[in-house]
Amino acid sequence: MAQPKSKKSKSKTRSRKMSKHGELPIAVPCPECGAPRLTHRVCPSCGMYKGRQVVTIDAGE
Amino acid sequence: MRHRKKTVKLGRTSAHRDALLSGLVCNLIAEKRITTTLAKARAARSMAEKMVTLGKRGTLADRRRAISLLRRKDRVAELFNDIAPGYAGRAGGYTRIIKVGRRMGDNAEQAILEWVDRAAVAPKKSTEENESATTAE
Repeated sequence: MAQPKSKKSKSKTRSRKMSKHGELPIAVPCPECGAPRLTHRVCPSCGMYKGRQVVTIDAGE
Repeated sequence: MRHRKKTVKLGRTSAHRDALLSGLVCNLIAEKRITTTLAKARAARSMAEKMVTLGKRGTLADRRRAISLLRRKDRVAELFNDIAPGYAGRAGGYTRIIKVGRRMGDNAEQAILEWVDRAAVAPKKSTEENESATTAE
């Protein structure tokens, strides 16, 4: 049986794996509170969406 | 042929799906806003909008059709008497879906489904929370 001539380098392995890596979601600063949030989602820190209070966020001591 | 007749199946049999959707829409009628997964919200929106259309016309046949689909006379009465008349001047688009983020546990995208132009029983407390967040900045 044919065999690999030499061990693949870390660079070769990681390059191959990165080529299959997906895009990460984009976070933008919330216009209301500045905390990072995903686009088209309610802000998880202030609960605002499109200038409107959508969800109540418990302060949580 | 069922060409181009797409239905969101939600991983359920048809009876299970019908029961789920009528439950979601009944809860939307009673609670004015519901939080569920995005796929369920989209499926329930489709049904809710059709129910409002029935309610706006409001004949006896419409009422019976709504009862057969929603399975609850009290919810249909609330829909026909309270909710549908408010949308007399609106041609569709009675509900709104707001994406909330992903659920802990199964990473499912969550969404809020609510009536347009109706003050939902919503969010208070947020104002001081918001102020504290901005002052903390």
